[in-house]
Amino acid sequence: MRWSSGLLSRWQCKGKFMLQIISLLVENKPGALMRITGVLSARGYNIESLTVARTLDPMLSRMSIVVDVDPSLRAQVIKQMNKLINVLQATDLTDGPAVTREMALVRIRTALNSRTAILKEAEIFGARVVDQSTEGFALEATGDPEKLDEFIAVMQSYGDIDVTRSGTVSVSLEKKKLRLAPPIPRGAGAENGRAKEEETV
Amino acid sequence: MLLECLVHEKVECIFGYPGGVTLPLYDAMYDHPIRHVLVRHEQNACFAAEGYARATGRVGVCCATSGPGATNLVTGLVNALMDSIPVVALTGQVTSKLIGSDAFQEADTFGITRSCTKHNFLVKTVADLPAAIHEAFYIAASGRPGPVLVDIPKDVFQGQAHYTPVDAIHLPGYKVFTEGHTGQIRRAAQMMWEAQRPFVYAGGGIIAAGASAELRELVETLDAPAVNTLMGLGALPSTHPNFVSMPGMHGSYAANMGLTECDLLIALGVRFDDRVTGRLAAFAPHARVIHVDIDPAEIGKNRTADLPIVGDVKRVLERINKVLNELAPADREKNSGARRAWWKQVREWKNERPLKPEFSDSEIKPQHLMAEIDRLSGGQAIITSDVGQHQMWAAQFLRFNEPRLWLNSGGLGSMGFGLPSAIGAQFARPDKLVFSIVGDGGFQMSIPELATIANHGLPIKIVVMNNGYLGMVRQWQELFYNNRLSAVELAGFPDPEKLAGAYGFKGRTVEQPGELRSALEAAVKEPGPYLLNVRVSQYENVYPMVPAGGAINEMVFGPAQPVAV
Repeated sequence: MRWSSGLLSRWQCKGKFMLQIISLLVENKPGALMRITGVLSARGYNIESLTVARTLDPMLSRMSIVVDVDPSLRAQVIKQMNKLINVLQATDLTDGPAVTREMALVRIRTALNSRTAILKEAEIFGARVVDQSTEGFALEATGDPEKLDEFIAVMQSYGDIDVTRSGTVSVSLEKKKLRLAPPIPRGAGAENGRAKEEETV
Repeated sequence: MLLECLVHEKVECIFGYPGGVTLPLYDAMYDHPIRHVLVRHEQNACFAAEGYARATGRVGVCCATSGPGATNLVTGLVNALMDSIPVVALTGQVTSKLIGSDAFQEADTFGITRSCTKHNFLVKTVADLPAAIHEAFYIAASGRPGPVLVDIPKDVFQGQAHYTPVDAIHLPGYKVFTEGHTGQIRRAAQMMWEAQRPFVYAGGGIIAAGASAELRELVETLDAPAVNTLMGLGALPSTHPNFVSMPGMHGSYAANMGLTECDLLIALGVRFDDRVTGRLAAFAPHARVIHVDIDPAEIGKNRTADLPIVGDVKRVLERINKVLNELAPADREKNSGARRAWWKQVREWKNERPLKPEFSDSEIKPQHLMAEIDRLSGGQAIITSDVGQHQMWAAQFLRFNEPRLWLNSGGLGSMGFGLPSAIGAQFARPDKLVFSIVGDGGFQMSIPELATIANHGLPIKIVVMNNGYLGMVRQWQELFYNNRLSAVELAGFPDPEKLAGAYGFKGRTVEQPGELRSALEAAVKEPGPYLLNVRVSQYENVYPMVPAGGAINEMVFGPAQPVAV
């Protein structure tokens, strides 16, 4: 997997496909995750990373998904996700102004004589030591995904490592208006289910 | 409790099959006014509910038990999803405590049906039940309709609670776009008047939205030729002078040539299905496209729309018609010469290669059969069909002068749909003459439902178009697989007279063309159900035909030497 550098995410082509980053605001309900990943798996797309956590409103979750999608189908995937009843908003952050970050926890086993060098390298990458023992270190690094790739490659050169990456989290730098459907009063008007007027293209 | 929710949703009729975990529900139904129709297989419960929904536009309801009951619903649910039919399926689930323990008749219905439904629910407490049921009905019927499943554990059925009416439905993520964009609507009307060769391509969305009158007004205002897709037959009456026919793989020459040569394609409630478009790159190559659909995900899915409008096609057409009429005094005459020439061209195509029924003195041609049924129906009867050759011939030769008369499995193409959907349709419309036209293959998939028909004395006229083969597959084997007929011969068809007799109604076989008319008339006269087995010519193929992957103007018209187009 190749990641581009820079503050704004600019994914490069990976073979025929291209990594797409999708940000979703979803209802915090059982089955919501399954519906969303179903949109992708039903089309044979592989998820590269996925993160979910609650938002300020505990009823809602924010999801960031990185997925390999044929560029011509990106818009269709977003539309299909927006169609899901549990999804309040799906946005494609691939080209938009957005900040993308990921965290990696790296455990490295190393001989005593390379410890100083490792700490120096870690400092260059802005990584912190979160645990140390006679066997080695556990390091925490945060950055854009490509920087983490580099960090991990460097650490690998010092010895045996275990890596756990958090997956990408992303935030749009644009303010997007969140449109929600109003509550539908039950009774005479609701019978045929035609909701209130809402204009769209 | 559940039944009270259903009463509030004005449900009159449920098609279902009971089982262990739905016992509490069935006990409550014992002395409840909601009618339950016992089918003989859960798949047919869903098909019957679809027949009910397709014939009326109201939500069809079906019910099955946990495990095998729920898994048997799956085909029906996908069928409803593909054709955008409002259905609510209620399934029982094992007691909450047992979920996930591989209990008897347990299946992960919620997981299995996730991709088979527009939305689904697993209700965990009786307090959640009313909201789930009302949301299910709302989701099923609104926007682009579809199936919704509510999975209910046995202890929730048993839970005692008072029904408190739900005031409002909160679905913040479910946006339904109805009105359409005012600017786009105006531009659409302008494009329509500017076009020299406009062509209306109307589909099932017109029927779902109840927009037939608006479609008719549009077509008449523009005086444009129009086609109805397989799902849209009846949207514009078949006898309307502007109606061309059905387009697509087995569509007419005029319909497909019109789509290919037009300069403005007015696509209304359609999804540019591959069976209509053929090779997409060659579909309507000269046309700008106006696409009206209630589902934003349909816009630009297969064909890029030059002018997309997301909205309820009924509302959008009302508004387009208004603008068209406003603009008419200035614009109507602008391209009238070109439009007259266009109509002349379309009529020439129509005359050049009309859809003509074939007749023979020695055997009954399938087209002859359809023509005879059409004579009795007069474009007024409800016709349900299965899937295959008979479906295509019926779509080609039967007239439908109202919407909601032609019920068939379009998107999914599920065999076995014809008979159970007729049951649903007959319950929904007891006043209507219902023909169920089925092939000998699909009929044998749904034979158990003869018992349901007999039980209720439903006066359905079952017409089996019997060619002794799985005809459509045979046709493809003949044309594309060197006529190596593999596993398509249906030997052993039962004697219809004995079969119907076993269920207590009448049936017979007709083989001679001369007897066909009187046999059909006798079937219609019969007050109860009737099974008419019609032996038709075995090796007849459906033409015109666009080979899969071909462009729709590259039609094949018959087995003989291709005639120069």
